[in-house]
Amino acid sequence: MAASTPTPAAEAATSATPAPTAPAPPRAAGAAPPPSRARRAGGRRWLVPLAWALGLLPIAKVAYDGLLAPGLGANPIEKVLNRLGFWTLTFLLLSLAPTPARAFLGISWPVRVRRALGLLAFLYACLHFTTYVAVDQFFDWQIIGADLARRPFIGVGFVTLLVLAPLALTSSDAMVRRLGHARWKRLHRLAYAAGVLGVVHFLWRVKKDHTEPLLFAAAFGTLFALRGLDALRRRLVRRAAGPRPGASLSGRGAKVD
Amino acid sequence: AALPPAKRAELAGGEKPTPWKDVTGYNNFYELGTGKEDPARNAGSLRPRPWTVQVDGEVKRPQTLDVDALARLFPVEERIYRMRCVEAWSMVIPWDGIPLADFVKRMEPTSKAKFVKFTTLEDPAQLPGQRRHVLDWPYVEALRIDEATNPLPLLALGLYGRVLPGQNGAPVRLVVPWKYGFKGAKSIVRITFTEEQPRTTWNEAAPDEYGFYANVNPAVDHPRWSQARERRIGEFFRRKTLPFNGYGDQVAQLYAGLDPRKLY
Repeated sequence: MAASTPTPAAEAATSATPAPTAPAPPRAAGAAPPPSRARRAGGRRWLVPLAWALGLLPIAKVAYDGLLAPGLGANPIEKVLNRLGFWTLTFLLLSLAPTPARAFLGISWPVRVRRALGLLAFLYACLHFTTYVAVDQFFDWQIIGADLARRPFIGVGFVTLLVLAPLALTSSDAMVRRLGHARWKRLHRLAYAAGVLGVVHFLWRVKKDHTEPLLFAAAFGTLFALRGLDALRRRLVRRAAGPRPGASLSGRGAKVD
Repeated sequence: AALPPAKRAELAGGEKPTPWKDVTGYNNFYELGTGKEDPARNAGSLRPRPWTVQVDGEVKRPQTLDVDALARLFPVEERIYRMRCVEAWSMVIPWDGIPLADFVKRMEPTSKAKFVKFTTLEDPAQLPGQRRHVLDWPYVEALRIDEATNPLPLLALGLYGRVLPGQNGAPVRLVVPWKYGFKGAKSIVRITFTEEQPRTTWNEAAPDEYGFYANVNPAVDHPRWSQARERRIGEFFRRKTLPFNGYGDQVAQLYAGLDPRKLY
């Protein structure tokens, strides 16, 4: 709803008759306009390749430590598993940050690397799982099956991977179009479920010092709370603007970004 | 400093000992940090000399011993033992120390002495990990008196013929090769003989995960991981874990009549 509407009568008039010009996106103070496709393709072309380059550094570090002087310590398999798990959670966390950053800080460029961050999280999750199967257990399917069934922390880790997989598979522009934006967004809220499962996996794996998993839990919790706050704020703004004549109260189908 | 052993016993089936670098670089000693590499990094704050060990409780000769006097009580022996951590990794370690059984007998326990309790130093200045309440400090472990007088347990003073580094529990620690590593209390300041079973740190922290006995038992899984196999540090493939860590012939009789499923 246009914020500049002066009187209820004028509002009724504008909503009754189609606006002569194409509806402009609402430009509320503090909220940056969504970048147009043209702008996205234009400036800061280097953002996404840079995100990938930085995101792959931890893999390079593992390879460097493993093959060259520093070494991976006495228990290299454990260390590689721990590092890959750490980066899975870190990229998952980072991929959830751009939306609240845009809503609360008005910074919109992180949204452009969000897909790269999400795919990096999935890549690290796959590498973590592959290391467990191929290196840690060396394809001992009997043991792996027993681990998944009997040991909740491994089972939860596996479920986390299963939750991330459809998000990675539907990450392309074509899939967003095919699913429709609203449905695609609902599906991608599963990233929060993956975050919770990932933290539980980490918490259960640790023997006693829970500092690191609890820090992750706090970070995921903060982002989740910010999203909730943002949704609430939008709802209040909509309500303050008053119900549009003919608009359903549930707001189904309304584009809420 | 060198610690030349008078006697040597190879009790790890002829296996090559784990390199010094790994034995002293990959440790669980939460008082010096919870990461595996923290203890080696933080060991500098621990001052293992001068050091005394208080011996008290149900003994005829309660006393306070200097750690170097401890080393002179009995000839130092080298024992090469397997060490199995409850986290399912293991090493082979050449310890230097005095047999616990000789020490216990020398202290002359009374007829009431049923358990021997080992207490780690509590001093956050020397053990900075104690500034955080990860476990209920000080760290306490205990053995039944018949376990303590079995010939295998060692009061270790050294490794590879050298005095014990801080991260391995300097200047004196317990080694019980048929039990999970956490039973081996490090940097011991007090040895107490008791009538009642003492509370022990890990058992108290998570009773369903860490038993008082903590005997290495491949048949009883840790609730969160399997104990059937272990990774020997330096090896790629996991190997089968042996009951009593392969020392059943020497110790199984201690547990006759006890449900083996409960021996964890």
